[in-house]
Amino acid sequence: MQTATNTVDPSEIAKFEAMAAEWWDTEGKFKPLHMLNPCRLDYITTQIAAEFGRDLSTEAPFAGLRILDIGCGGGLLCEPMARLGADVVGVDAAARNIPVAQVHAEQSGLTIDYRVGTAEDMAADGEQFDVVLNMEVVEHVADPLGYLTACQQLLKPGGLHICSTINRNAKSFAMAIVGAEYVMRWLPKGTHEWSKFITPDELFDLLRKAGLTPEDRKGFQFNPVTWGWRISDRDLSVNYVTAATKPV
Amino acid sequence: MTQNDDILIVGGGLNGPVLALALAKSGFGVTILDAAERDTHTDPDFDGRSYALALASCRLLAAIDIWDKIEDQAQPMREIKVSDGRAGEGPSPWILHFDHREMEEGPMGHMIEDRVLRTALQDAIDAHPAITHLTGARVTAQEVGPSGVTLTLASGDTLSGGMLVGADGRQSGTAARAGIGRKGWGYGQTAVVCAVSHEKDHGGIAHQFFMPAGPLAILPLTQRRSSIVWSETDARAAELMSMDDAAFLDALRPAFGSFLGEIALTGKRFSYPLGLTLADSFIAPRIALVGDAAHGVHPIAGQGLNAGLRDVAALAEVLADARRRGEDPGSAGPLGRYQQWRRFDTTTLAIATDTFNRLFSNNNPALRLVRDIGMAAVNSVPGLRTTFMREAAGLTGDLPRLMRG
Repeated sequence: MQTATNTVDPSEIAKFEAMAAEWWDTEGKFKPLHMLNPCRLDYITTQIAAEFGRDLSTEAPFAGLRILDIGCGGGLLCEPMARLGADVVGVDAAARNIPVAQVHAEQSGLTIDYRVGTAEDMAADGEQFDVVLNMEVVEHVADPLGYLTACQQLLKPGGLHICSTINRNAKSFAMAIVGAEYVMRWLPKGTHEWSKFITPDELFDLLRKAGLTPEDRKGFQFNPVTWGWRISDRDLSVNYVTAATKPV
Repeated sequence: MTQNDDILIVGGGLNGPVLALALAKSGFGVTILDAAERDTHTDPDFDGRSYALALASCRLLAAIDIWDKIEDQAQPMREIKVSDGRAGEGPSPWILHFDHREMEEGPMGHMIEDRVLRTALQDAIDAHPAITHLTGARVTAQEVGPSGVTLTLASGDTLSGGMLVGADGRQSGTAARAGIGRKGWGYGQTAVVCAVSHEKDHGGIAHQFFMPAGPLAILPLTQRRSSIVWSETDARAAELMSMDDAAFLDALRPAFGSFLGEIALTGKRFSYPLGLTLADSFIAPRIALVGDAAHGVHPIAGQGLNAGLRDVAALAEVLADARRRGEDPGSAGPLGRYQQWRRFDTTTLAIATDTFNRLFSNNNPALRLVRDIGMAAVNSVPGLRTTFMREAAGLTGDLPRLMRG
């Protein structure tokens, strides 16, 4: 297993520290992700606790669980999972993110196994996890079914798969592309390709075809008055999240 | 895991211990550093104030298991009568009246003496296994790192925690060391505070008389006693403080009126200069400010402590939520949420109490007419009156969970 310390070139550390600071700056480039993060974490932690019978008010409630975060970026999900006691692997296809995430984990006093790669690579290696976090990735991949099948293979029987993405309709086009990319400039233009967006029914269908059992779906709803996100039972019109399990 | 889960709180008065107890309930380890010695707080002569605890504040104290220890020494406030006094003439008949029977939640609040609340809090933090209480601990330096804060004490000892809370009052050293500036102004007014016993029962009614020099509040305490908060010009307050008891009572009687019968002093008089301060920010990296360290309002509506306790409940909730979802509680995300929640609320309160005081501490006939009409208007519209009462009870706005009861 690669660890945080032995893969970072010391001469590059200052640069990676600066990039880590950028990833973790709540008012900076990744502000939209930081704004959404508490809401995502509330969903993830509640689902994991329910699936594995853990009590979130205890010390290290996720101890003994092996969690994979696909598309880990700077570690915005990996660090909370590690802090809750899980054994965490973060994987990202963008090699530049990995040392950045490693440097920040070290500053936070956390041990996280960060790797360059894809879900398909890891599935081919035969890795197995209790939980796979698949947040805001599926709308970017070329072959969603192949990708979700790899995610399924990465789960132990009875494992939990959490997947969030963006719905495909006029509102999501207005919000995610016109709003977030062009008007608010929250995200670089071209981050999203609207035709790749997936409706909740299509995602449930893909999950089933990939060999998973869909269990739950909720919306992440942006409130322009409080300027914050909340979980909604009914409004899945733009951002939404699903939970699915791998049959035992 | 090497990360320090502990939260350091500088300031051992009222907000600091309440926050410590609330955080400990959510699983945090807490260290309170108090520059004063323990005896200072429990000495009955330390602070002569009494607090009008809003209903929301009482609920917070109940949630941290303090309320049941002090409830029998708290006087429910059932009605509030407000009147416009004229210099040398005693107060005019009340023109604004709030009665708890118009509000479903019960009494608008409770009067509690500082020494009672303070002692209960000191006992509770000393008994709590997750709270370390350091007294006589003066902070000389604070250093913020990427994942925590280290404090150096006058003794040379150092302490580290994941974050630092400044609950150290208007002269907050925590804020100053963090480079947080503050704006503030005095009013040229000083509050003279004392407790009196009286012949007749107060019936749980609080009175506020707006006199030209400043407001006079008569607030019901237990056992036919009332707490007096008499705001006067600095010069007049100094005079009042220098008088002997008999002369002071002679000065008080015309303003106080005779509705409670004969009055007598039950202890020392205390004086507090009035002013308003507001920190430029309630947060800095790894640091949050609560209570007077963040905002000191004119104590005209008894809202100083209540506003501080709202900070405490909001911060405790934000940090507990962060911990439950695995976030680093002292990081920028949670602290930003606290600031966003509280700063607007307290700035509004500061401006409102300032405007209120300027409007009422005045003998201008035109202003007098305006405020008389204003109070009559509030009084004649039951819905509006209930809104004011709910505001005074601290039940409006985005209420922290610990205050919802």
